[in-house]
Amino acid sequence: MSSTAIVVVSHSEKVAEGIKELLQQVVGDVPVEAAGGSEIGGIGTSFERIQNALEKVRGTCDGTLVFYDLGSARMNAEMAIEMLDSESIQLVTYPILEGAYLAAVESSIDKPMDEIINSLKKEFDS
Amino acid sequence: MEVIQVQEWLSRTNEDLQEQKDYLTSLDRAIGDGDHGINMARGFKEVTKSLEGKDFTEVSDVLKAAATTVMSKVGGASGPLYGTALLKMSMACKGKQVDYKTLIEMVEAGLEGIKQRGKAETGEKTMVDVWTPVLSGMKEVDHFDGERIKHVAEEAKDNTESMQATKGRAAYLKERSKGHLDPGAVSSYFLFKNLALVMEEA
Ligand SMILES: Nc1ncnc2c1ncn2[C@@H]1O[C@H](COP(=O)(O)OP(=O)(O)O)[C@@H](O)[C@H]1O
Ligand SMILES: [Mg+2]
Repeated sequence: MSSTAIVVVSHSEKVAEGIKELLQQVVGDVPVEAAGGSEIGGIGTSFERIQNALEKVRGTCDGTLVFYDLGSARMNAEMAIEMLDSESIQLVTYPILEGAYLAAVESSIDKPMDEIINSLKKEFDS
Repeated sequence: MEVIQVQEWLSRTNEDLQEQKDYLTSLDRAIGDGDHGINMARGFKEVTKSLEGKDFTEVSDVLKAAATTVMSKVGGASGPLYGTALLKMSMACKGKQVDYKTLIEMVEAGLEGIKQRGKAETGEKTMVDVWTPVLSGMKEVDHFDGERIKHVAEEAKDNTESMQATKGRAAYLKERSKGHLDPGAVSSYFLFKNLALVMEEA
């Protein structure tokens, strides 16, 4: 069992699915879920889609890292996380593709979530 | 404020939003992605539908139900922002009779919710620039004055025209965001205009 799951929240369903596909090709056993697009599949983000993604990976891991792209993705993701009221879900502000990739690789070698967050900091906060 | 008035408030706001859908969308097309009217019209239609014919015991319950629908059905940035505002308003009057003092506390809580969710302050060309002066205007008097609220909200949304956006999508346009009304400020004006109407009739 992998310790950390990844959820990718994008305004575009294709972007989210694309990143998921890319991550899974490299680290097949890390739980990755995509939550892209609006309620009706258009450009936007959906609170419900994010909630569903979070619920899907829950229980498969000790923690979940959530990556997002633009402003309203952050707001919807924050809201979904608050509703689940879980301390093991963390929203992080890093490049959605490169950040999620780094996190997935580290998760696949069983690094705990706080160490992954440190690695993200080191890599992207200059 | 009674349960029926909150229902009336949201349903009248919905009527305005349906009528002004294209207008709001054209505002958002100028400095955003052109979906604000669509988002609001879709979401508030659902809100009205979900409240119709339902019995609620207190104002807080209506607002909570509306908040949940707005969060999941509006979309965009305005979904989480208005959803949070309504939820905070609901929490601010839980178990209470809504008198004028409580109504002020509700608007204050709603505004705090928007600012927290959007990490926005005044002067950033967002809906915050309508909610803030409306709250101040309410605090200046000791009873509900509908004309006053409507007037303050209208002036406030007009004032967003000259502002430069530093939050939301419009911020990417920098200087070029000036000279257009903020779509979220205009939809907030509709909210307060209808609140004023409903309360005046009471
Ligand atoms: N960070 C923010 N804080 C406060 N209000 C915001 C913020 N971002 C956007 N808004 C408001 O939301 C409105 C845009 O809503 P909408 O078009 O539905 O969402 P989106 O920008 O995601 O397409 C803006 O006009 C502005 O009033
Ligand atoms: Mg928009």
